[in-house]
Amino acid sequence: MKITFDWLKQHLKINSKEKDLLEQLTNIGLEVETIDNLSSGKELFKIARIVKTEKHPNADRLKVCDVDVGKKEIKKVVCGAPNAREGLITIYATPGAVIPKTQTKLVVSKIRDVISHGMLCSESELNLSDVAEGIAELSKSKYQKKIGKNYFSESKTNTIDLSITPNRPDCLGLRGIARDLAASGFGKLIDLKEKKIKSNIKPSLKVKINKEKDQGCSAFGSCLIKNVKNTESPQWLKDKLISVGQKPISAIVDITNYVMLDINRPLHAYDADKIEKGLIIRNSKSGEEFTGLDNKNYKLEKDMCVISDAKGVLGLGGIIGGTRSGTEFDTKNILLESAYFKPRSIRNTAKKLSIETDAKFRFERGIDPLSIEEGLNIAASLVKEICGGEISKIDIQKTENYKIKKISFNPNLFEKISGFKISDKEMIKILEDLGFKCKKEKKYFSLTIPSWRPDITQEIDIVEELVRISGYEKIKIVDPIKERTRSTLTKSQKLFHFLQRSIASKGYLEAITWSFSDSNYNDHFKGKYEDIRIVNPISSELNVLRNSIFSNLIIYVRKNLDRGFKDLSIFEIGPIFTGPNPGEQNTVICGLSSGKKFRLSWIDEERDIDVFDVKRDVIQTLVEAGYSSDKFFIDDKTPNYYHPGKSGRLFLNKNNDQAIAYFGEIHPNILKKIDIKTESLVGFEIFIDNLKLTDKTLNNQKRKFDVSDFQKSERDFAFIVSKDLKAQDLINVISSIDQKLISNIRVFDVYEGENIPDNQKSIAINITIQSYKKTLNDNDLEKINNLIIKTVENKTGAKIRS
Amino acid sequence: MSNLKKIKDEFLLKLEKKLSLSEINEIKSNLFGKNGLISSEFKKIGSIVENERKKFASDLNLIKDELQNLINFKIDEIQTEEINKKLEKEKVDITLPERTFIRGKIHPVSQTIDEISSIFSEIGFSVEEGPDVENEYNNFTALNTPDNHPARDMHDTFYLDEKKEKLLRTHTSPVQIRTMLKDKPPFKIIAPGRTYRSDSDQTHSPMFHQVEGLHIDKDINMGHLKGCLNYFIKEFFEVKKIRMRFRPSHFPFTEPSAEVDIGYEIKDGKIVIGEGDKWLEILGCGMVHPNVLKNVKVDPAKFQGYAFGIGIDRLAMLKYGINDLRAFFDCDYRWLNHYGFDPLDVPTNYRGLSR
Repeated sequence: MKITFDWLKQHLKINSKEKDLLEQLTNIGLEVETIDNLSSGKELFKIARIVKTEKHPNADRLKVCDVDVGKKEIKKVVCGAPNAREGLITIYATPGAVIPKTQTKLVVSKIRDVISHGMLCSESELNLSDVAEGIAELSKSKYQKKIGKNYFSESKTNTIDLSITPNRPDCLGLRGIARDLAASGFGKLIDLKEKKIKSNIKPSLKVKINKEKDQGCSAFGSCLIKNVKNTESPQWLKDKLISVGQKPISAIVDITNYVMLDINRPLHAYDADKIEKGLIIRNSKSGEEFTGLDNKNYKLEKDMCVISDAKGVLGLGGIIGGTRSGTEFDTKNILLESAYFKPRSIRNTAKKLSIETDAKFRFERGIDPLSIEEGLNIAASLVKEICGGEISKIDIQKTENYKIKKISFNPNLFEKISGFKISDKEMIKILEDLGFKCKKEKKYFSLTIPSWRPDITQEIDIVEELVRISGYEKIKIVDPIKERTRSTLTKSQKLFHFLQRSIASKGYLEAITWSFSDSNYNDHFKGKYEDIRIVNPISSELNVLRNSIFSNLIIYVRKNLDRGFKDLSIFEIGPIFTGPNPGEQNTVICGLSSGKKFRLSWIDEERDIDVFDVKRDVIQTLVEAGYSSDKFFIDDKTPNYYHPGKSGRLFLNKNNDQAIAYFGEIHPNILKKIDIKTESLVGFEIFIDNLKLTDKTLNNQKRKFDVSDFQKSERDFAFIVSKDLKAQDLINVISSIDQKLISNIRVFDVYEGENIPDNQKSIAINITIQSYKKTLNDNDLEKINNLIIKTVENKTGAKIRS
Repeated sequence: MSNLKKIKDEFLLKLEKKLSLSEINEIKSNLFGKNGLISSEFKKIGSIVENERKKFASDLNLIKDELQNLINFKIDEIQTEEINKKLEKEKVDITLPERTFIRGKIHPVSQTIDEISSIFSEIGFSVEEGPDVENEYNNFTALNTPDNHPARDMHDTFYLDEKKEKLLRTHTSPVQIRTMLKDKPPFKIIAPGRTYRSDSDQTHSPMFHQVEGLHIDKDINMGHLKGCLNYFIKEFFEVKKIRMRFRPSHFPFTEPSAEVDIGYEIKDGKIVIGEGDKWLEILGCGMVHPNVLKNVKVDPAKFQGYAFGIGIDRLAMLKYGINDLRAFFDCDYRWLNHYGFDPLDVPTNYRGLSR
């Protein structure tokens, strides 16, 4: 909502400065968004005359014009307008000017090798009208002597743009804003002089509101004015509209706009001669059409509130009028409409047809239902004043009567909510200034709500008004008490934060990517899940919720690789989506590493990053989080986006049915499809929701501190085993032989090839043996060695390598 | 001259020369080996007449100790010399680069969430969460934003079905609804998380982060709200003084509602929070609307309190001088490295939120 201080003074008796006004507006909840000076930069638009035109040497449709811009200066300007001709007086924009429509800054530029110093403007480019065809044509008689002068008159007025919250339709008019300011002690509201029109003719057009289900119009006031002479508006009216960013059109249209802006009463003017046999306000039939004043053709659905005549639809009530009954400069007889349309109906219709107009914006928020007559009176008087004519009596059709709303307010609620006190007297003063009628009844106030305040329905709304007008600075700070009765984080939240930092400590940079993804990439990683489509995505590249974090992360790895980075590790912790319903999501940590472990190092040997690097990161992280790696179980059944031979799946123990993590190389086919070029790309996913949580603290989960100081010995074994035998199984067999004696098992070599039969491999293992009871002698060691060999051979079919 | 004296003099003389380790070892075995000279003398002790035996044994031991010490000293000297010689060859160029160590970083949004949680933890708030996909009821209707209310226009919503029943939450406020439906008052929670609006330009990202706050008890009023936010803002920006302004506003789910601005100034092209005559909007808040309380079966005659919503990304931008919101989600390796935090920097109250 745009206002000026000058206009406000029409309603407010005030001596303050504009600076104080700005502050006060914000203080009472009418937030000042921007302040613009209308004439800033406008001095760069000059009245100019084309002296000569020539065809552009390199373009058929362009002309090179010599333009007289005043002070005996001639500028060469390239122009494509067909109406650019010698002698035309038009508007010239100097380089540096900002074109109002496009908000682009004009520079001296070469157009097809000819330098153009500035531009000749169309009305549309200057936001003067919608005429975009050709450059503006100024009347000779009026402008001949003004060549070189500024086209826009200088203005000292600032346009103040307010952000009015949706609950305050009454402040979509200057009067409402003035009322709020006055209530807060900023100036005094000036009483409106009631303009009674002298009517000397009878309304001859019949208006009828059809009684239908969901009729969107509950009252329709109208007034016929005959024999008007529609003209351009007088300067004061034009200036007023321009000062708040409105385009003057013609006196009649300008008057309706003025009344809307001034007292928030939208009106519409019809050319009465174009109406066939009176108006009918009714629900539309499916498929009816009309052309709106925005020159767009609208096809209507069933049950939209339309204003029609015998021939068909004229316009959408409260939203937009139609061209068929629009007023023109030659219009003789007009019908002014001042009606009440229901917010819900307006909103439904406008949404379906995607129409945004000033009227719609106001009606959907709720117009004062008792302002119908007032609006007609003011507008009709202005029409008579400016355009002449004879005014008919006002006719008001109604299907419902407005009911006065009353509530009973307990003044104690104010302090209970706000925390500070004001007297009953002050409360009543504020409310009365806002237009309430107050009556004290014992402990309560009986309040009559002003008809322009549809937002007020219950006691808390009254508290808001009182706090708002008294001033939020009166609210006293109550310092918070530093006391905690519940733990801040739950166990799973703590785990989330621990894992996040644990992974980061292993060289991964944390990334945050959007929860949506491109279905083309998501398809590679969705595994068993279905696409979860967004009905209205911002772009087709963000059309599904991600089923895996990889879908996004891999794209960003590629972007960084394209930036020239080679060895990258990034991770994200966040949701993946398993279905379209609330709660169908899992929290996952997902990481990717690319390139080499060491690159261009004078000291370490170069090698590609591999699956055992990510395996370490996953396992170490889980161990740090408190899970025992002794029980971990790993197999090779992983989703199809991992390399089938170089990936694994981890369980907290063998009997669990839910995998905790996947890790491995990303499938080479996916790298090919996504076009990722790197020596190696490995990744992992840890499913946090599958990690079991115990009530025990980490401390309570630890075993008793128990160590042996007896001598330990190490023995090496090499077994020839089947190629399919998993190291994990071999280790399990050995560790289960005697957990009290075998304290550590290490695989230090795996070998296939020469001297080893096909389909077999050699696994070399170092075993640490230590007793808690004594120092083992040769005999004891021999015994356990033999037991190890025998057990491994029996259980796995291995042979000890001699 | 006794035999012992002869041995002693002879070998002391030998040991005076510069000897190699093997020569010393030879001398050592000549003296103390199985048939060494000194060893042989020891064997003689039994056959010596009794009145001389004691002296002989004593002299022998003295000689033995003297020679042995000398030999050990010599060996030690040679070994030290050998190590020193070896060290001369082992000299590395210590200015060569060390092995690389790569520690990852924590994203500034995550760090900011941890800072926020730490601050609210101190005054008794606990952390709640809710799903990213919400139903229309929790996101709007229960929050006193009925269908066809113009306030819905303020939220450009992503929908997951044509009926517009399932959507991506446009704010963290539905967590209020879930929390209050699940438990009984009092409530004192914050709920950080991802939020979504179909809005995308230089200053808007279709996904961003909010933290919701809710405190409901028997007598929680706007003074408590002001106190809580005043405390939070001071702690978060780690400044002693802060200018703060409560400004009336409107949200369907709170009444009275306020927007909160903080004072700032631009110094050397950088935003400085705290003093200054400019205002910056950083959050929205208000007293929870009685309609919302009724919707979650809390009696507004018995319980009341406040709620607030803060943009986390914006807080991070202000505190850490980050200009571009879009960069948060663009995963530029350089950006993540530059603005990220060491994982060891866990925000805590006793060590301070940030270094």
